[in-house]
Amino acid sequence: MDKKTHMILLCCLLLILIGNFIFPKWLTFLFNISLAKAFIVLGLVILMRVGLVSFGQGLYYCIGGYVAGICQKFFGINDFFMILLIGIFISLIVSFLLGLLLCNYRDIFFAMFTLAFSMILYGIIVKTETLGSTDGFNVKLPTYFTISSSFATGKFLILLITILIAYFVIIYIRKFFNSELGYISLSTKENEIRVEYLGISPKIVIFINYSLAAILATVGGALTAFVSGHVDPDMAYWTTSGEFVFVALLGGTMHVIAPFIASILFEFIHMYAYDISPNTWQIILGSILLLIIIFLPRGLWSIGEIFRKKEVKDASNS
Amino acid sequence: MPLILETKSLCKSFDGVIAADNINVAIEQSELIGVIGANGAGKTTFVNMITGYLKPSNGKIIYNGEDITGFPPRVITRKGISRSFQIPQLFEELTVLDNMIVAQTIKNKIFVDPLLPFKNMRKVEIAKDVLKKFNLLRYLDEIVTKLPQGIKKLLDIAMAVVGEPKLLLLDEPTSGVAIEEKFELMDIVMSGIKDTGAAILFIEHDMDIIEKYSEKVLAFYDGRIIAQGYTSDVLNNEQVKKFVIGFEIGKEEIN
Repeated sequence: MDKKTHMILLCCLLLILIGNFIFPKWLTFLFNISLAKAFIVLGLVILMRVGLVSFGQGLYYCIGGYVAGICQKFFGINDFFMILLIGIFISLIVSFLLGLLLCNYRDIFFAMFTLAFSMILYGIIVKTETLGSTDGFNVKLPTYFTISSSFATGKFLILLITILIAYFVIIYIRKFFNSELGYISLSTKENEIRVEYLGISPKIVIFINYSLAAILATVGGALTAFVSGHVDPDMAYWTTSGEFVFVALLGGTMHVIAPFIASILFEFIHMYAYDISPNTWQIILGSILLLIIIFLPRGLWSIGEIFRKKEVKDASNS
Repeated sequence: MPLILETKSLCKSFDGVIAADNINVAIEQSELIGVIGANGAGKTTFVNMITGYLKPSNGKIIYNGEDITGFPPRVITRKGISRSFQIPQLFEELTVLDNMIVAQTIKNKIFVDPLLPFKNMRKVEIAKDVLKKFNLLRYLDEIVTKLPQGIKKLLDIAMAVVGEPKLLLLDEPTSGVAIEEKFELMDIVMSGIKDTGAAILFIEHDMDIIEKYSEKVLAFYDGRIIAQGYTSDVLNNEQVKKFVIGFEIGKEEIN
């Protein structure tokens, strides 16, 4: 990442952090939940770069959320980092098992399989009364290495932690996109036969990307649970996964920051659409998605690309 | 010269249709072999079996004394057998340089690094050296999808050469290229791969190209090898004249 982008990123994240003391509470909450959900979208972008679309990232989002809740409710574990590690460990096991099957499928078959698995989890949770069935259950704010805090400080700390994780995830995933594996992933999307004939298994490439996306979704799920203070089976429902796909399309796959911007924008659109038209807000969301697909098929990030190309064209003309 | 590849009674059938029947071939190190035969004669099936894309129904493939029958393509590539394709198999949305670096990155690695930068000065220099040999240096930063077919063919072969193969299989390197450009393209291909020391087996329909570039020839007809040996001997073989060359001339006349 170049220095300029790095500085802009740092400034934006700091602004959100400082905003905690200036902005109204609902706005800080909105930023926090958007950043948490952006991790799942970023995972989707990783999958899209390898040529796959998952309609079931809700599976890992739900695992992240429910692991947080279950750790607190049944095992008395309230440490944020411990909960996060347990969540990642479980999602790695699940993604390992499912990945073995899923890396054999492409296109709609991959999408439908991922959706099916998330719906299975949804069904299991809905039928499990100890997990609150359709209502879910509440999740407390976590402690950090046994340091507990008041509600207000806890809200600030979870925002701080979300921002810190977002910062390191952006830096790492940016490196990943420009790494050997990042380019081999793009190449796998372009031509699996050639990748195989050059000497590496495309299935392994897909498997690694799928696991990485699963980890990100789990982190996002855990953060969302702490920020919203609640988990319910809808986290694994197919419309939730569809929402993440919507946000991924909104931002595009051109930059690692795009999912974060798109996620914040989506929450605003969602909020105002609901405010304007509580019963038919989906029409507004659908129309926006339609416009994005027609005019910006590579997502919002491509606006910058269009301007850059125009500048180059103008410069060459003059 | 020691043998590098040997096939023993190699057969391939698809639901009862025999695509390759009792193929026995012995290729020595650094040999230059042309493969001729009409469409559907079994040439590409033969190459696909050697490179692991198709599993033989019967028979053995021995490479450097090791039985590699039924190994997947990536394992066979790592052992030193590379190939190019009749329809170039490239990463169309990447640049020529990126295509070459992908080939270099995968070479010698079973696990590619998720943090190590894709490009570095050394990789770029190596890629440029190979591209220079194939007269592709001027296309370095071009997106592959915009390139003409002949250039794509060369890039396809250049990528196969990056892995420093001991046996290189070229599937119709001049197909889809204008007749007047075929010799120029083959000259570039041959000069690009001559330093590798690899044995080369190339499928070709143009007998003038076979005559000019190959030391030996394998002639396929109806899934079988009807003649193999030195180029002049094979091209003067009565069966080859009747079933392969006659057909090819006939095809060219029709075209």
